[in-house]
Amino acid sequence: MTISEIQEELIDEFSMFDDWQERYQYMIDLGKSLPLIDPKYKTEDNIITGCQSKVWVHAEMNGDKVEFTADSDAIITKGIIAILIRVFSNQHPKDIIEGNTDFIDEIGLKEHLSPTRANGLVSMIKKIKMYALAYQTQLK
Amino acid sequence: MINVNKIREDFPILNREVNGKPLIYFDNAATSQTPKQVIDVIVDYYSNYNANIHRGVHTLSQEATDLYEEARLKIQKHFNAKHSYEIILTSGTTHGINLVANGFSSLIKKGDEVLVSALEHHSNIVPWQMLCERTGATLKVIPMNDNGELIMSEYEALLSEKTKLVFVNHISNALGTINPIKQMIEMAHKVGAAVLVDGAQSCPHLKSDVQELDVDFYVTSAHKMCGPTGVGMLYGKEEWLNKLPPYQGGGEMIDQVTFEKTTYAGLPHKFEAGTPNICGGIAFGAAVDYMNAIGFENIASYEHELLEYATQQLLKIEGLKIYGTAKEKTSVISFNVEGIHPYDIGTILDKLGIAVRTGHHCAQPIMDFFKIPGTVRASFAFYNTKEEIDALVEGVKTAKMMLS
Repeated sequence: MTISEIQEELIDEFSMFDDWQERYQYMIDLGKSLPLIDPKYKTEDNIITGCQSKVWVHAEMNGDKVEFTADSDAIITKGIIAILIRVFSNQHPKDIIEGNTDFIDEIGLKEHLSPTRANGLVSMIKKIKMYALAYQTQLK
Repeated sequence: MINVNKIREDFPILNREVNGKPLIYFDNAATSQTPKQVIDVIVDYYSNYNANIHRGVHTLSQEATDLYEEARLKIQKHFNAKHSYEIILTSGTTHGINLVANGFSSLIKKGDEVLVSALEHHSNIVPWQMLCERTGATLKVIPMNDNGELIMSEYEALLSEKTKLVFVNHISNALGTINPIKQMIEMAHKVGAAVLVDGAQSCPHLKSDVQELDVDFYVTSAHKMCGPTGVGMLYGKEEWLNKLPPYQGGGEMIDQVTFEKTTYAGLPHKFEAGTPNICGGIAFGAAVDYMNAIGFENIASYEHELLEYATQQLLKIEGLKIYGTAKEKTSVISFNVEGIHPYDIGTILDKLGIAVRTGHHCAQPIMDFFKIPGTVRASFAFYNTKEEIDALVEGVKTAKMMLS
């Protein structure tokens, strides 16, 4: 599936919920399906700064696609990174770099996009795109 | 006695909703809310008096200067300083601390020692580390026990003729511990050390008398006690302020300037370079008036009641642990629920309209001591209610249900 197809799928899934509590519960559940980072990559270097909770993200090339794994010590943050990874993992670096993140607003999690938000969603997106950029340079 | 319903009418912000729920504001240790009596002063200042002070001959400038200096007198009276010129108006606690730390660069040398308490906010650690790096002095830490209380015997052992400065907060922002500062000042003075007390967390809860404490320096921020942000005060004993060199150069702080030499203005202007936060200073005075009209004894007894109630109710939640259980503490509860990250709890509480602080509260060494990433901190003010505490307890239960 393409990045925008996955985003549409997520918007569909989240549209089933009427209130924030159900949305958050679903996000927490998504966190449980997060492809977990190999503990050896849980290093200080892989911690995303700007988060109150710890978030580690690791990327590897699989063929010509980037595969992400991650973890966090906070459950909501784990849900957020799981959503991002579902959207951006196993995609071409170019598509990741160009992929937009408007869907976050549409699934009702806009408040997490604010740069003042301590969870660092903005930093997570930046990290994912930085990895993609690095791999794209390698591909060339 | 506090008539909380009447007091709440003074705070317009308490009428707003957050995420569709009535706001419950329990982040008072970060900043207090502003009553309309203070907001009105701010509006009045910009509507009627806005001018630069201390130099204009025109009426506006003189009126603004009078209001600003009147505010200094109110602050002097509130903290019972001997002279109004011992009150330096700053941009806040951090500014005051840096002013003193910078000034001490010329007063201490290699081999001297500076003591800080283990309960300090980052803003009260870093300036002293920088001072020690500049001068070659040594920074030593007064340790605390598991309740979050400073260990006085260890403090006594650390004091010596090498000690030049002791820095301690009056009340810990992370745990709410009230430190025995009067005793600590007495002990420091016996070895000839000066003491700076960070009063940022104490000024909203109790009235400090700087002469009775015999403290050398005392700093605080207006926004912790119903005033605006960006303004605060440094109290210093006259003899100490005279010993310290100016911190910043600029207008207002000079007497005579030639390219060969500048002579500095007297106190307090020596430390007040540039155009100050005039409106902020005046509003600080109004905040002091407002809190005194309610009465600090009333505030303390009401907040104590809230603290006891909240402690009892929160501890009924299974797996909830409170950090900071000092005998003497103010209305701050730092807690965690077993197995749940404080950030997660804070996020859910926010969705319920409840504002708390989560994280390390700029006091990482304290979090390291307890081996935790942070806590959820609920801090209460005299305008909070038991019903709001009930909502917090329900909120924590909801968070626990969703997150475990």
